[in-house]
Amino acid sequence: MATDNRQVDQPASLWTQLRTMAGRGPAPYVLILAYAAIVSALLLVNPTTGLGTDMVVVLFLLLMFVIYRAPTILAFKLTLGTILLAVVMPVFGVLNPFYIDVVTKAGMFAALALGLNVVVGFAGLLDLGYVAFFAVGAYLWGIFSTPQISNIVSGMEPLHGSWFWLFLAIGLAVGAFFGVLLGLPVLRLRGDYLAIVTLGLGEVIRVLATNLDRPINITNGAQGIKDIGRPPLFIEPVFQAFGITISQVQEYRLYFYFLVLLVLALTVFVVHRLNNSRIGRAWTAIREDETAAIAMGIPLVRMKLLAFAVGASFAGTMGVIFSALQTFINPPTFDLLRSIGILSMVILGGMGSIPGTILGAVIVTLLDLQLLPRIASELAALQRRGVPIPAWFDPAQYQRLLFGLLLIIMMIFRPEGLLPEDRRRQELHHDEPEPAPVSKTVKPAAESAQSAEG
Amino acid sequence: MAVEATTGAELILTRRSFRSFMSEVFGPLLQVFLFVVGSAVALGGVVILLAVVLRGTREDIDLLQGTITILPQVIVDGLVRGFLYATIALGYTMVYGVLEFINFAHGEIFMVGAFVGAFFGAALASSGMLTTINPILFVIAAVLLGMAVSGLLAMSVERIAYRPLRNAPRLVPLISAIGVSLVLQDVMRMIAVNTGLGFNAQFRTPDLGQPLVLAHMPIADERTIPVSVDSRSLIFIVVAILMLIGLNYLVNITKLGTAIRAVAQDRPTASLMGIDVNRVIAITFLIGGALGGAAGILFGMRVGTINPYVGFLPGLKAFTAAVLGGIGNITGAMVGGIVLGFLEAFVASYLSLFTRGQFSGASYADIVAFSILILILIFRPSGLLGEVVAQKV
Repeated sequence: MATDNRQVDQPASLWTQLRTMAGRGPAPYVLILAYAAIVSALLLVNPTTGLGTDMVVVLFLLLMFVIYRAPTILAFKLTLGTILLAVVMPVFGVLNPFYIDVVTKAGMFAALALGLNVVVGFAGLLDLGYVAFFAVGAYLWGIFSTPQISNIVSGMEPLHGSWFWLFLAIGLAVGAFFGVLLGLPVLRLRGDYLAIVTLGLGEVIRVLATNLDRPINITNGAQGIKDIGRPPLFIEPVFQAFGITISQVQEYRLYFYFLVLLVLALTVFVVHRLNNSRIGRAWTAIREDETAAIAMGIPLVRMKLLAFAVGASFAGTMGVIFSALQTFINPPTFDLLRSIGILSMVILGGMGSIPGTILGAVIVTLLDLQLLPRIASELAALQRRGVPIPAWFDPAQYQRLLFGLLLIIMMIFRPEGLLPEDRRRQELHHDEPEPAPVSKTVKPAAESAQSAEG
Repeated sequence: MAVEATTGAELILTRRSFRSFMSEVFGPLLQVFLFVVGSAVALGGVVILLAVVLRGTREDIDLLQGTITILPQVIVDGLVRGFLYATIALGYTMVYGVLEFINFAHGEIFMVGAFVGAFFGAALASSGMLTTINPILFVIAAVLLGMAVSGLLAMSVERIAYRPLRNAPRLVPLISAIGVSLVLQDVMRMIAVNTGLGFNAQFRTPDLGQPLVLAHMPIADERTIPVSVDSRSLIFIVVAILMLIGLNYLVNITKLGTAIRAVAQDRPTASLMGIDVNRVIAITFLIGGALGGAAGILFGMRVGTINPYVGFLPGLKAFTAAVLGGIGNITGAMVGGIVLGFLEAFVASYLSLFTRGQFSGASYADIVAFSILILILIFRPSGLLGEVVAQKV
């Protein structure tokens, strides 16, 4: 589809030749299938937790990215992606529960980051208190599914797990409501003020969650809420019909994996459609130049509120899922660091770019949950063998440092992110000459492919 | 011609009358003083009124008497908080004045200052000099050391993380500043944990003297309770006032101050007038950082124990204070700090008293600070002393 068949004047470099060869005819299909087969086999044959499997999991996730960028037809991409995510990953998850948890978390944060991407990337409003809406959703389900509710409405019993599905929608609505409520006073402000005010609001929500155990015990204060309800397992009979017997813990693991995958796919679809709509263009206009946008007749406050509400509603729903997944929430779960973590996902991947945001979320979550602890334990092992590594050096302890350096380095050297949106790249590099068109010929084709799976 | 012009300018500078000198150095302080008295009287009046209204609601204690008994202590607390926010807010507001940029990492500059003091105290203690050193000398040395380290740190942060981004879109330097803030927190934690100071570092000082008893307040039958000011609070207030006088002198009288104000007003024109804009911006960061560092030392000395995340909340509130006073306005930052400090001190002390301990005042004081920020930004974005300026397109 996107073969590079322009006449090249000078002899192309080896890299370009290889690239052209791998991108033409049946070659990409063969290569990708081979890659997928090898990685899947490695995963399924040796599912023990360790540095090797870590690498294979990273390669597996890289494969998803390669599939997304590959010059193949859409049906092939979708089929292969679905098989890998819906068959290989769950089977691997049954064999080794650790990695599927990480992938579920990565998916959840990707959906959250996509919500923040609407606010920060599309509309250009820097929201540093995004986790507040996440907290609202989490506490909503946390309170209604535990005896906590009896403290507020006397005589009311905790809701049964099957209400969870309804609460996904309620979380959406409540998130949007809070988005509008908090957005209304602050959206008239200019960008940097907005950042500080949202930061303050995020803190306010956390302080409220810590202190609202008196006079009425609503949030159970600093102890947090435990034993949060989970939805009933309707997939159990399906497994039994296939003669597969796995424990309930594992079933829940798969259940939430598929749930997150589904929600992520839906989020990508909605965000993608929004971005290409009239509303999305209005957001872009506001981001580029507010004054000009007003002059062109864009209802500024309404559009900003909409962006805020859309972002907040995603966070509300993800909060409901998060609390059911963790079954325990407490105020420190929703501190500023989490907001900043989600923000660095968006910035790392590229503000305004959907595939970029997902990439950023996966990288940051992997680093945070899997790679840093692994590096730490490997270093500790080396240390025991006598390699002189200072005892205090524990990479897993320095997430702030990592996020901080990530933000600074990205801002100085590549403010448009790893996988930038075209418009943003032009905006940030307007004074530089256009890059050579060699790499550009592949790009539009890949982008127009509308790959909803990422 | 040129020679004549310079000598003329120097004449004007040297011929400044004593009166104008006094008004430029002490005028802003007078304004601050008026706000101190105003806030104390107004808020004190409000709580006494509330106490009279609510007098019957509590049987266990006499609400009015309780209110009046703690009032002097609350006012001192308000003063200390006020000067804390004022000294930090000056760093925000000066940087905002010259760059129109919120230096998010300023709270961490403040925290580093506090740690410098803790290291200084620990070093003296380990060499056995802590008990013998003159307390006044200790305070002076610690403050100067903290000012130097924090000032230089702020300047290098500007050089590394902000200067390359000066012409980028607005959000880019802000995000970089958030990154700096996180890095400073963790680097300081790394240093503190691995040098034996510990995560919760103890700020060791020589004996700074007994609390100063101002009066004895009579309560029920012939018992009295002393109304006293903690010596550390007193040091805080005195040093803060001295620094504000120094800053006013620097900004309003000296040639450097004129350059800073010129850059704040119009950067391109200032550079056409021969002012080295980059140098002035660096010096602004140096001054703001030094003030933040001194505030950190005084803060650490007063609270006794500090940790690497201690700068976040005061930084955020000091920003609120800067906005409250009118961001970019130096006197405004001091006034905003004072008003915010008083409000917080009153909420922190009286909320629990009036609600029978149902709401913990200390936690809700934070919420009050942010509510003020939001209200100010909605109804008077220019702040108490700021001027309304049209947005530059």
